[in-house]
Amino acid sequence: MKILGIESAAMVAGAALLENDRIIAEYTVNLKQTHSQTLLPMIDEIIRVTGIDKKELDAIAVSAGPGSYTGLRIGSATAKGLGLALKKPVVSVPTLAAMAYQCYGSGREVSPIMDARRGQVYTALYRFGADGTMITEEEPQVILMEEWMKKLEERGGQILFTGDGIPVFGERILQVLPGSLLAPAHMNRERAASVASLGALLYQEGKTETAAEHLPVYLRKPQAEREREERAAQQNG
Amino acid sequence: MENRDITILAIESSCDETAAAVVQNGRTVLSNVISTQIATHTLYGGVVPEIASRKHMENINQVIEAALLEAGKTLEEIDAVAVTYGPGLVGALLVGVAEAKAIAYAAEKPLVGVHHIEGHIAANYIEHPELEPPFLCLVVSGGHTHLVVVKDYDQFEIIGRTRDDAAGEAFDKVARSIGLGYPGGPKIDRAAKEGNPKAIAFPHARIDGSPYDFSFSGLKSAVLNYLNHARMMGEEVKPEDLAASFQSAVVDVLVEHAIRGAKEYGFKQLAMAGGVASNSALRSRMQEACKKAGITLYYPSPVFCTDNAAMIGAAGYYEFCKGARSGWDLNAVPSLKLGER
Repeated sequence: MKILGIESAAMVAGAALLENDRIIAEYTVNLKQTHSQTLLPMIDEIIRVTGIDKKELDAIAVSAGPGSYTGLRIGSATAKGLGLALKKPVVSVPTLAAMAYQCYGSGREVSPIMDARRGQVYTALYRFGADGTMITEEEPQVILMEEWMKKLEERGGQILFTGDGIPVFGERILQVLPGSLLAPAHMNRERAASVASLGALLYQEGKTETAAEHLPVYLRKPQAEREREERAAQQNG
Repeated sequence: MENRDITILAIESSCDETAAAVVQNGRTVLSNVISTQIATHTLYGGVVPEIASRKHMENINQVIEAALLEAGKTLEEIDAVAVTYGPGLVGALLVGVAEAKAIAYAAEKPLVGVHHIEGHIAANYIEHPELEPPFLCLVVSGGHTHLVVVKDYDQFEIIGRTRDDAAGEAFDKVARSIGLGYPGGPKIDRAAKEGNPKAIAFPHARIDGSPYDFSFSGLKSAVLNYLNHARMMGEEVKPEDLAASFQSAVVDVLVEHAIRGAKEYGFKQLAMAGGVASNSALRSRMQEACKKAGITLYYPSPVFCTDNAAMIGAAGYYEFCKGARSGWDLNAVPSLKLGER
């Protein structure tokens, strides 16, 4: 089994190639460069250095959101184009789940937090069962961080936080939820290897899409659509 | 080397149409598939960039697959992939660019980034096999108003441009102000047929020292002022007369500049391109003026005037033949200049 993992949901751009039970190549950058210019050259480099024929890929796993709308579209359009040309399925990997999967086996519940601006985060809550299965406790959502922390406080238990929300909310987290852990550098951002690894699991479970079907999961409607719906709701009283 | 057919798969997503086409040798369209988002954007009175980008994602693979199927071609039989990389809405462009790059990469085909306006100009080659550069081209659309000397298939000199609004933009704004809705061009065109173009005298902007430049914001303001004044005075305005008079003022300037340019630069061939080139008054008045001046006028059918990928396939073919190739790092360039690579 060969799975190409693609990550471009936020600041990180990355590509990884999984072969059965191992990652045989991975490329990650977290620089202020446009994913449009870096992503495909990275994939090219990974294919070149591994010497693998693109046609041997079983599926394209892509970090499908939430995240930056533009970043998500670059990743997903790349996956859709590869899938179309190679006639291979796409595995839509929830970005937050792939982040939590980096903390595989953690005894704590894991909350990836992605900065969604204006005090909000994209987040979810995961835990690992006794057999290692990752279980979704709270589905991906966009929420005010203060509200999210209140929710977690009510649930109780100690949380491992990861993601680019840490530099924004880390201090506040330790105030509100003392005893929380903040993931260190090697596991606190999106990683294509994790997308490929979780993608392989989903692929084996048959959770694939055709390249044509695949769409990113934005979690938020476009602003113009929200405003239009609000106006309509007001008019209908 | 023997002559063989060059087949281009072209992709266009710069604004509110998701389009793909297969074009042979720059002039023969094997398929031309367009998925328009007009109905969606009509709800908002104009194109909403984020919604346009999302719609492109929803349709792009289906549109490309339909274009290949209709052309009876597989990706293996394609010689290159051409894609619009600017100018346009950056989020919308990025969808087509990322998709085209991935397809070209996976299918191991060369990639050719194409300028959207170069595409509009090349739309003229599709139905006019006799048309070859050099010629003068008036490019008029919702985003662009240019008078361009087409020196060669890949060489352009812009001799006139709008200082403010594009012609199509003025159509949209005026249509909205008289309650005709979006998109303004076709609506004004239709209404104007029932109106008197001489009913209201609107200003014709000319720019000192720049005989080929355009300005439409003054005309747009004049229309709005006229409407406000009439409303204040309680006078009734016939939208058909207003549409006809406004359209006539735009067409006057476009025809005058294009004909003067053709005469002074010594061109016997004049082409029109872009969405506004579908306007019936512009077509008939330009035809008349060209006849009088002994100039041959070319313009594409409406389906090739609107944003489409066949025109990108036509332009892409000539760029491909001149050796233009884009790298896997090709980016969308929302303000790309004509003739730059």
